[in-house]
Amino acid sequence: MKIHEYQAKEIFADAKIPVPAGEVATTPVEAFEIAQRLNRPVMVKSQVHVGGRGKAGGIKYAENAEAAKVLAHQILGMDIKGLKVKKVLVTVAEDIISESYVGIILDRATKNPVIMVSPAGGVDIEEVAAKTPEKIFKLYVDPVEGLQAYQARNLAYKLYRDIGQVRKAADIIMKLYGIYWDVDASLVEINPLITNTGGEVIALDAKLNVDDNGLYRQPQVAAMRDLDAEDPYEVQAREGDLSFVKLDGNIGCIVNGAGLAMATMDLVKRYGGEPANFLDIGGSSNPEKVVTAMRIILSDPKVKAILINIFGGITRCDDVANGIVAAFKQLSPSVPVVVRLTGTNEKQAYEILKSVNLPSADTLDNVVKKAIELAGE
Amino acid sequence: MSVFINKKTKVVVQGITGRDGSFHAGQMKAYGTKVVGGVTPGKGGTRVNGVPVFNTMEEAVAKTGANTSVIYVPPAFAVDAIYEAVDAGIKTIVCITEGVPANDMMKVYPYLKKNGARLVGPNCPGLISPDESKVGIMPGSIVKKGPVGVVSRSGTLTYEAIWALTCEGLGQTTCIGIGGDQVIGTNFIDCLEAFQTDPATKAIVMIGEIGGSDEEEAARFIKKKVTKPVVAFIAGQTAPPGKRMGHAGAIISGGTGTAAEKIAALNKVGIPVAASPTEIPGLMKELMGRSTKKVAVKKVKKTARKPTPKKKTGGKKKTAARKPAAKKTTGKTRATKTTRLTSLKKAAKKSKTKTTGAKKKTARKTGKSKKA
Repeated sequence: MKIHEYQAKEIFADAKIPVPAGEVATTPVEAFEIAQRLNRPVMVKSQVHVGGRGKAGGIKYAENAEAAKVLAHQILGMDIKGLKVKKVLVTVAEDIISESYVGIILDRATKNPVIMVSPAGGVDIEEVAAKTPEKIFKLYVDPVEGLQAYQARNLAYKLYRDIGQVRKAADIIMKLYGIYWDVDASLVEINPLITNTGGEVIALDAKLNVDDNGLYRQPQVAAMRDLDAEDPYEVQAREGDLSFVKLDGNIGCIVNGAGLAMATMDLVKRYGGEPANFLDIGGSSNPEKVVTAMRIILSDPKVKAILINIFGGITRCDDVANGIVAAFKQLSPSVPVVVRLTGTNEKQAYEILKSVNLPSADTLDNVVKKAIELAGE
Repeated sequence: MSVFINKKTKVVVQGITGRDGSFHAGQMKAYGTKVVGGVTPGKGGTRVNGVPVFNTMEEAVAKTGANTSVIYVPPAFAVDAIYEAVDAGIKTIVCITEGVPANDMMKVYPYLKKNGARLVGPNCPGLISPDESKVGIMPGSIVKKGPVGVVSRSGTLTYEAIWALTCEGLGQTTCIGIGGDQVIGTNFIDCLEAFQTDPATKAIVMIGEIGGSDEEEAARFIKKKVTKPVVAFIAGQTAPPGKRMGHAGAIISGGTGTAAEKIAALNKVGIPVAASPTEIPGLMKELMGRSTKKVAVKKVKKTARKPTPKKKTGGKKKTAARKPAAKKTTGKTRATKTTRLTSLKKAAKKSKTKTTGAKKKTARKTGKSKKA
């Protein structure tokens, strides 16, 4: 799960990592008032779950409150990489002397958290990593022993000369590592970590993603979920205990299992179609899930055919068939639906499906081709 | 023969009184697995599906001599169950549970290593060695004893591939689902190593998906250490970056972990990557045919039809698969069959002619990544 910069900064501030003063606004007037209270030049920063906000024009400098209001008016409602801006963070504009980068992620290969720092912050860090890898310093942390103060200090020395700043940065790195564990983060990032004219070290930006598997024990972070910033259908799917990702094509896919769902999408593409979505109904095949899945997919006007591919193991094909019948009763789909059910209780399933008389196919490849054919009609 | 689990495997089911635990304890037992006990604190002394339930792993192991455990407890308790199994002396632990926090896994992993225990999973379907033992949730009806080792990050996609193999008469030594999470106990390399060592395994199917770099590392390992034929499949070519595709591990981040990169890495070391799970058996037969003089495949084909779970046959034919799978065309493109479109079932029936039948080959470009 992703949270917004302003929310990550709340977590940072709670951990005593220095961040610029600021507040979030949803209207130009609010932005004006916040800027007035701050009584200094401010940055108006769009709050959307996507990188490259600055380049997209979603981060602007405002000399005064009046300018902040105008900019907030511009930025609110702006479309950044398909996401509508609904909130802006109005925050003190710092005088930047230097910009560096600090990030912590899980390294899958070593099964350790890895802390990455770079004196070349403030820009696209992936580009730095690709072009000048020598400017990125990594430390793999023993997850059991945790981060030692000297390790954080060594990393801080890669960023600063001045011992005062080294200590401050080391302290920030220690705290950031603490946050990483405490909130079950999958990524925490400060880009840039700056020094200002006063010699302070400040987290000018903040990014924090949380491990979905850890959310159950992170109620305060879970409450930060901004449903407004997410695709409404993905939200609906999550509530229905489905895993769903919206794509651009016209073939709706309902599959059990993430790997098989991806493989099905790949085949759609391979045979000349475009998948409209990734949708995994999961292991247990509650008929209600199929109804929810159909409802979500049918709400996409681009969908011209729906493909249902079930490999029954624990999932029982007859359960899915019952779900399909229920979905037909409740939703009377206007697009063709083609099914392929194989495995556990396959026979019973096709028996049940007789009442809705659907085209079916016996193999993965065939059901995909059939769906593409139907979508083209 | 088989890897990790076999006839001697004695299993304790952790969380046996739960919905999943009790159901699958029954299923495993029905398959012929030696399910010797279960553990649920507070339920000791009862029975589930005829299996004695204990309060602790320590007691369960002491009373039953179990050497393997399978975990069905909810995610909040799964890691505790792993520690408990390790401390009870279990050396093979299979964690089916989905949704275990990555942080917990990072902490328990060194403990497993230190104690010489193997963890398979979490968030995995477990393992099955046909006609010997099944630990986990894989359907016993789709497997068949034979010469192919299968390792996969997926669940149902694995079933699809196994079923395709079975329908084409290619049975399996062991099928391993290693799980779709970021931090897992057993990775591709562990399984490849085990299959390479296992004399009964003559060829390997590896099923990967987007996210991480395990497939790339596996490719390097195969080049160095694996002499048996390997066929791969990678799911997620159409997955957009930054979106988690169901599995916690299946996410393209920072432009890496794409299917194109993985396919390229595998092709580079001479491993064919099937474009559809149904193409795996065909590619496998080709490779096995190339790497051995007398082709067991032909023989096996006779029995190729929708198999029944109880039947035990096959796989006895020696197919000395020696020659490294590499050598064949390497490089940017790799031929894969595209015309295997006939239904599996039909195909299985008239399989006599099939492999020799006209097959068109198309080059599968591997270089063009970054498709979004």
